[in-house]
Amino acid sequence: MSAGQDAKFFTRGKIQVRPAKRVLSLHPQTPASFQEFRQELQDAELKDKKFVKRKTVLKKIVANITMGNDMSPLYADVVQCLSVPSLDIKKMVYLFLVSYGRSKPEQIRYALPSLQQDCNDRDPLVRALAIRTMSYIPLPAVTKAMIDPLRHCLQDKDPYVRKTAAMCVAKIASYDLKILEKEEFFPLLKDLLLDPNPVVVANAVAALTELSEKTKSVSFGLDLQAASKLVVALADCSEWGQIYILDSLLTFVPQSTQDAEILTERIVVRLQSANSAVVLTTIKVLLYLMNYMDDRRAIEVLCRKMGPPLVTLLSSGPEVQYVALRNILLIIQRRPTVLRNDVKAFFCKYNDPIYVKIAKMECMYRLARDENAHAVLAEFVEYASEVDLDFMRRAVRSIGRLAIKIESLADKCIEALLDLIASKVSYVLQEAIIVIKDIFRRYPGKYEGIIPTLCENLDALDEPEAKAAMVWIIGQYANRIENADELLDDLLYTFLEESIEVQLALLTASVKLFIHKSTSETAKNLVHKVLKWTTEEIDNPDLRDRGFMYWRLLAINPAAAAEVVLCEKPAISTDTDRMERGALDQLLLHTGSLSSIYHKNPETFIRNVRGKALTDSPALNEASRKVLISLPPETHLTIETEPPPLPSRNAHPQSPSLPPLPSATITPTATAGLESAALSPDRLLNNNDEEDEQEDESSSDEGDAGSTNPNHGKNQMRDPYADLDGAFGSYLNDEPKPLEGRRLDDDLLL
Amino acid sequence: MISGFFVFNQKGEVLISRLYRTDVKRSISDVFRIQVVSNSDVRSPVITLGSTSFFHVRVNNLYVMAVSKNNANAALVFEFCYRFIAICKSYFGKIDEESVKGNFVLIYELIDEILDFGYPQNSEADTLKMYITTEEIKYASVAENSSKITVQATGNTSWRRNDVRYKKNEAFVDVVETVNLLMSSKGTVLRADVDGHIVMRAYLTGTPECKFGLNDKLVLDRAQRGNSQSDSGGAVELDDCHFHQCVRLEGFDTDRTISFIPPDGEFELMKYRSTTNVNLPLKILPTVTEIGTSQVSYIVTVKGSFSPKLSATNVVLRIPTPLNTTSVDCKVPMGKAKYVPAENVIIWKIPRIQGGSEPTFTGTAQLTSTTTKQAWARPPIDVDFQVLMFTASGLLVRFLKVFEKSNYNSVKWVRYLTKASGSYQIRF
Repeated sequence: MSAGQDAKFFTRGKIQVRPAKRVLSLHPQTPASFQEFRQELQDAELKDKKFVKRKTVLKKIVANITMGNDMSPLYADVVQCLSVPSLDIKKMVYLFLVSYGRSKPEQIRYALPSLQQDCNDRDPLVRALAIRTMSYIPLPAVTKAMIDPLRHCLQDKDPYVRKTAAMCVAKIASYDLKILEKEEFFPLLKDLLLDPNPVVVANAVAALTELSEKTKSVSFGLDLQAASKLVVALADCSEWGQIYILDSLLTFVPQSTQDAEILTERIVVRLQSANSAVVLTTIKVLLYLMNYMDDRRAIEVLCRKMGPPLVTLLSSGPEVQYVALRNILLIIQRRPTVLRNDVKAFFCKYNDPIYVKIAKMECMYRLARDENAHAVLAEFVEYASEVDLDFMRRAVRSIGRLAIKIESLADKCIEALLDLIASKVSYVLQEAIIVIKDIFRRYPGKYEGIIPTLCENLDALDEPEAKAAMVWIIGQYANRIENADELLDDLLYTFLEESIEVQLALLTASVKLFIHKSTSETAKNLVHKVLKWTTEEIDNPDLRDRGFMYWRLLAINPAAAAEVVLCEKPAISTDTDRMERGALDQLLLHTGSLSSIYHKNPETFIRNVRGKALTDSPALNEASRKVLISLPPETHLTIETEPPPLPSRNAHPQSPSLPPLPSATITPTATAGLESAALSPDRLLNNNDEEDEQEDESSSDEGDAGSTNPNHGKNQMRDPYADLDGAFGSYLNDEPKPLEGRRLDDDLLL
Repeated sequence: MISGFFVFNQKGEVLISRLYRTDVKRSISDVFRIQVVSNSDVRSPVITLGSTSFFHVRVNNLYVMAVSKNNANAALVFEFCYRFIAICKSYFGKIDEESVKGNFVLIYELIDEILDFGYPQNSEADTLKMYITTEEIKYASVAENSSKITVQATGNTSWRRNDVRYKKNEAFVDVVETVNLLMSSKGTVLRADVDGHIVMRAYLTGTPECKFGLNDKLVLDRAQRGNSQSDSGGAVELDDCHFHQCVRLEGFDTDRTISFIPPDGEFELMKYRSTTNVNLPLKILPTVTEIGTSQVSYIVTVKGSFSPKLSATNVVLRIPTPLNTTSVDCKVPMGKAKYVPAENVIIWKIPRIQGGSEPTFTGTAQLTSTTTKQAWARPPIDVDFQVLMFTASGLLVRFLKVFEKSNYNSVKWVRYLTKASGSYQIRF
């Protein structure tokens, strides 16, 4: 059969062969159409030179499977074709079996003999094909039938068969663990770790890693000797195999700093691989091992070596660039010397995809420091006039954040923001106001002179966040704004229609105004009006309560009220948007994975995944031990919860975002989607609270609760700086994240 | 790891669908279609819905998509998608809807081979071609042959067959450098670096052992000192280099030698990056003035700053115009320039610019009056070009030695090319 001619089997709705068309569009289940397929297959048996005819029919069937048409009624007829001595036909039949084997448990027996026979074929490729196919069919009958062949294949003389067999063990484990335990397959698999062929070793490692994450009966931890052996195999296996082996090195816990150093020396050369996944996985292992090293200089050298390969990843395809950038963001927070001087590599190209641009901008912000701040600011200003709205807004915000981060640049940033405000572009304006509010708090008494300019643009603000920011500014500086009362009065016209965010800001601002100008009649009227509204007409409990609080405060002791409301506020700093160290250490164990893109631990957004944590050992260095986060004793997550709205930068395993429900409560398989979905939110919430309390208690036992538990609800109450989160929280909310993971959706996907 | 692998056409129709794990169903493709294909504003190559994550790469008119239900190694998944694309190109010469549909059975065979239980396996096109072909392999007589193949596919030179024969032994080395330039409106270089790729086409008999040398700094310091046959400015500083898996990294690490057994045919031996002393082959001097609100005048000079013996070819300048441009009159001394309203650019194509020459474009754009207050964003001028026998980094190939046990003579050819496409940007 000549190449490239198969498209004709594929044309949707226009298939020339009549029966196929009918199968496609009219009555997929009508026996008649299958009858015709059947007929064709039977006809093909006659005078079928080189089996061309049968091949044609089978191709048609495979095309239909692809297009999503159920071809399973043809099961028996297709299996019949196994009698034809053609490898092409065999492969197609096996593909059919992989697609439908599961749905026809009663008919598999027609195919089994042929499969079993192939397991003993002289040709190693056929042997491998047969066990591979069988292992894809999750039926007890097939599993039983392949136990013996698989055992042989694991010890086959051909490495290709052995490497395929290793994967088969992992496959069977995904639906029938018990039989593997009973038949003692795990020791056989472990034997393959010592196989002379590195490709076999790599697949065995991959299979064992996956198994050890799934079941307790397989433990996979390396000691120095085993790790060294695997590292030797690295040089000779495929690039993919290198990734599996490098990955497994995370199970090696160095007992001395020397062990860690030796290993880093031996894998650091993998940074020169052309495959980005090898590079990132190598970096993951290096970062991991650095936790167990003490020699500052050695760590420094490793950091220096990591930089260039990371920058080079930025010339790969945009998808890999994106993965790299999201990881770089984490890496430079933990190891600031990496890429310290490479900020230019992150300057956006005009034609970069938007996701790359946004990630680059974030990296530039992180890398900004006194020496390069001017160049970074100039870039941000450039981006603020680009076409993509979202990008433009982020650029404006980033200018403000830069002002907050780098004091020496604050003047320039304010200048740039004022220029942008002068452009009168609505979106730019709104973003600028939001960040300027934060700048005021960072540098009290320095930039208030620009307030009149801001006030000029009051009418253009229509987004709640910007409006609230402006209202805050008016209230806070009511004593310097001559017509503050007029401005507020204007804003209050629409009070009842505003969003809660703006209403809260208006309430506080009116109170501030009143305290600043207690003699003013307008101010008195305003505050009275607002308090009356909030306490009588508003349903929102937050707003109402705050209204009552202010009212009483003002009624009982106005002097104290002044002290409370106008107290000196702690200056904002950028420390709050930095991820906490221990959490970073933990997150970096997932470098290169999905989790590193979302900056969240996998167990918080993927069900049935176990978390990872650094393991304590005598070699663990002081800095890392101080912030060590160990996994909660039992983290069997059986239920997916909605990812938390990211209240702060942390990805803490003990945070409320992770409710370690006892696995007995609800198991996803046991309950049908709708019911459990209706039930669970409440239960989850309750559990959340309980869990939270428990965690708090237990961690305070450790004595170091403050530093290891950054963002519990309780903490926020204790911590006077906690509500600063709001100042930066919104930036973090812009981060890429898994889409709202409603459990329902997820169940639909299943 | 990967639970399912799919290929979609532009319309979102499934061309290839293969499941590797029981945790997803075939109908998962519908979710992808809704979330990505029919979504006009996709802002990430990864989308996670519940515990299900979709990774996609667009190529020509296709979506190559992998789906995973766990915390997959995202870099690996994307690299695998790229590899799939590369294999298709190697097999069919191209990858598009037509070639995928025309070879779907073969593609199923391929992805059954290169992905097992969602773990990528040997994916060297050269080896795959030994046993996954469009021609029927004779069924009975292959067992011995197959053993050879399996040893090959799992061996430590899985990228090369050992039975390669050529009458004439030749090796071609192409050094291709892509220049990335970002020039500020004040004419200062914000960023200039070179992404280099060394592509080799090896047509060599047997199992040749190759050694390769460049004028990069470390090599020069050690072995090449005093060897001053070339006066091209000496050593080149490379910031970073990455190698094809055939190169022995251990050797490179100890003494910077690049030694390898090459795959047969074309492959990318090495890629590198250089940021110091980048020679920019074309200098662009733009003067763009907005005259009131109704006109923009352009004077854009291109200067070929390389030896007069060389020339830049296929030069294309894309000069942005305001969105409300109605017409542009263009005057150019060479090539052709015209205004393309659909893209809001003036495209100036120059087939050849000699080193040292300085053609200048002059033109005026007429604008209609608009009500929008927003100032013109002034996207950068973008320049595409190629310069043969020139490297922006100054890199040169010093030697390529081929050792084979039969001791044949081989002919080696080296070409240099510096180019830019979409990466040479000048703000104004």
